[in-house]
Amino acid sequence: MFSVLRDLIRYNIEFAIGLVLVTIVVIFAALSLFSPVDPTLIYMAPPDQPPSMQYWFGTNSRGQDLFWQLSAAFRNSLIFGITVAVISRVISIAIGLASGYIGGWVDRVLMFINDIFVAIPIFPILVLFYFVLRNDLDSFRLALIMACFGWPFDARLIRSVALGLKHREFTRHAVFAGMSTRKVLLEEHLPYVMPIVFSTFMNNMLWSIGLEVTLAVLGFTNLNNPTIGTVLYWANSHSAMVVGIWWWLAIPVVLIIMTFLGLFLLAISMNEYIDPRSRLRRMGA
Amino acid sequence: MRGYLWFVGKRLLQLLAVIFCGISATFIVTHLSPIDPVEQVLGRLSGRSNLPPAAIEATRQALTEMYGTNEPILQQYINFWLRLVRGDLGPSLLAFPTPAMELVWRAMPWTLGLLVTSTLFTFIIGNLMGALAGYNPNNRFFKAFGIFSMSIQPIPYYIVAFILLIVFAYFIPIFPASGGFAMDVRPGLTWPFISSVLQHAVLPGVSLVLVGFGGWFLGMRALVSNVVTEDYVTYAELAGVDKKTIVGGYVIRNATLPQLTALAMALGGVFSGTVITEQVFNYPGIGTLLIDAVNWGDYSLVLAVSTVSITAVAAAIFIVDLLYPLLDPRVRAE
Repeated sequence: MFSVLRDLIRYNIEFAIGLVLVTIVVIFAALSLFSPVDPTLIYMAPPDQPPSMQYWFGTNSRGQDLFWQLSAAFRNSLIFGITVAVISRVISIAIGLASGYIGGWVDRVLMFINDIFVAIPIFPILVLFYFVLRNDLDSFRLALIMACFGWPFDARLIRSVALGLKHREFTRHAVFAGMSTRKVLLEEHLPYVMPIVFSTFMNNMLWSIGLEVTLAVLGFTNLNNPTIGTVLYWANSHSAMVVGIWWWLAIPVVLIIMTFLGLFLLAISMNEYIDPRSRLRRMGA
Repeated sequence: MRGYLWFVGKRLLQLLAVIFCGISATFIVTHLSPIDPVEQVLGRLSGRSNLPPAAIEATRQALTEMYGTNEPILQQYINFWLRLVRGDLGPSLLAFPTPAMELVWRAMPWTLGLLVTSTLFTFIIGNLMGALAGYNPNNRFFKAFGIFSMSIQPIPYYIVAFILLIVFAYFIPIFPASGGFAMDVRPGLTWPFISSVLQHAVLPGVSLVLVGFGGWFLGMRALVSNVVTEDYVTYAELAGVDKKTIVGGYVIRNATLPQLTALAMALGGVFSGTVITEQVFNYPGIGTLLIDAVNWGDYSLVLAVSTVSITAVAAAIFIVDLLYPLLDPRVRAE
């Protein structure tokens, strides 16, 4: 495991940059655990202060210290992304492996459902959920709903790997040794799809955090819960840029770009690592 | 040919299933909602004028009949489909009593015009550049371009659109900040109107292209750099086949196929993109309509917009799927 990490850092500049960016953001987000102020409260600091020694990132028009506000927002958004990614990974692994290994009508039914989920446009559905649930739509429920839509592409990817594994020697050995289907999938096939799961994990986080930003900016989430999206929503609704409180938008934007670029670089470098052809080319072998 | 027909049939079934499930989901979700459309309309109406209680009661009766909310849920569901087939989703609240569908049809050309143009543009240019970059991996210009598109690609759409708006509408005001056309021109087939529409479409269009571009470029570059190492390309090069023929005929043609599937997926995501675009640039399309509808609690309009968008996206994916086997002999053989 560590040798893999070392190789990646040494031979893959994208991975190294991505790792640094994500580490910075994660540390920043983790700082919110030591936050001296409750990030949901407003008018706790003098409003509209530019960045200074006392308020590192300045304060916003709602009287919040932006450093702690953003720290909490990034923590919430990262947790949100991880929640969606974990739940949708479980679904995609279960469906992908079962569909690929069992085959037959199970495969056909699962892939039919899969195709329906691919084609359903998720955004109007999410807006609809907000329309109906309004203030009951907390972060966790939103994560659950998004996870229900975030699995189909990756399930297909996992299925294609499982199809290949099915005909390998070791699978036959396991079956002849009397292993149950569940055991074959979990103990024999799962390790082979883990690299895909990791790399799609990042992509899924990107997708879900991005979608949350989209919804929040439009005001379609719980706006009292600080997240990347709601910080932008409030900045926007106070016309921060027009009245010249640039730090309210510029600092989060820089941090967001760092987060997304970092996760994206990690995802593509892991994708490349999984593909042995491009890995060899990069190592110069 | 029979194989193709079978394929079309299967896809058609799938299209219908998607539309059926999507629209049923919309129906169920909206009917789980505590929002009662009748009370909403009444609230809006009585807010405007002082109606006597008897008149309110009469209106409530009429509205309940119109929306059919007094019937059992299954009957409502069937009625919903019956009305939907006729293209009727009830009157909108926002602009009572204009039918919700009419508002949707009015907003549609704006969204479609903006999206179709920018998506096609992005697809063609991105793939072409990506193919050239993949074929010339050591070219400095394409390398720099690759880094540029790679760093812009993961940024959330909203941020890109907003930066564009700040820079080109406030700091360097060369493009209008909002709207679909200038207030002082009358809609019609006249040059001032058309030029105004085009001018207003530049910023939203550019923002969509900027965000969509990177994906096509990076995808195509990766595909082409794989195809280039294939034996038949090396063989053609050794045999002295014209370079243009190799790039156009062998490399791009074979690498475009996976990109077509991606096009279907991109069309699926287009709707969420347009809502933000229209919100940021205040563009008068479907997205703005949806946001207004949600903010006003306009029940029929939300239903109408989601129904139309689900159907449109599913149909677009269906069409791309149908084109696929015509281009790829391997799929046709199946």
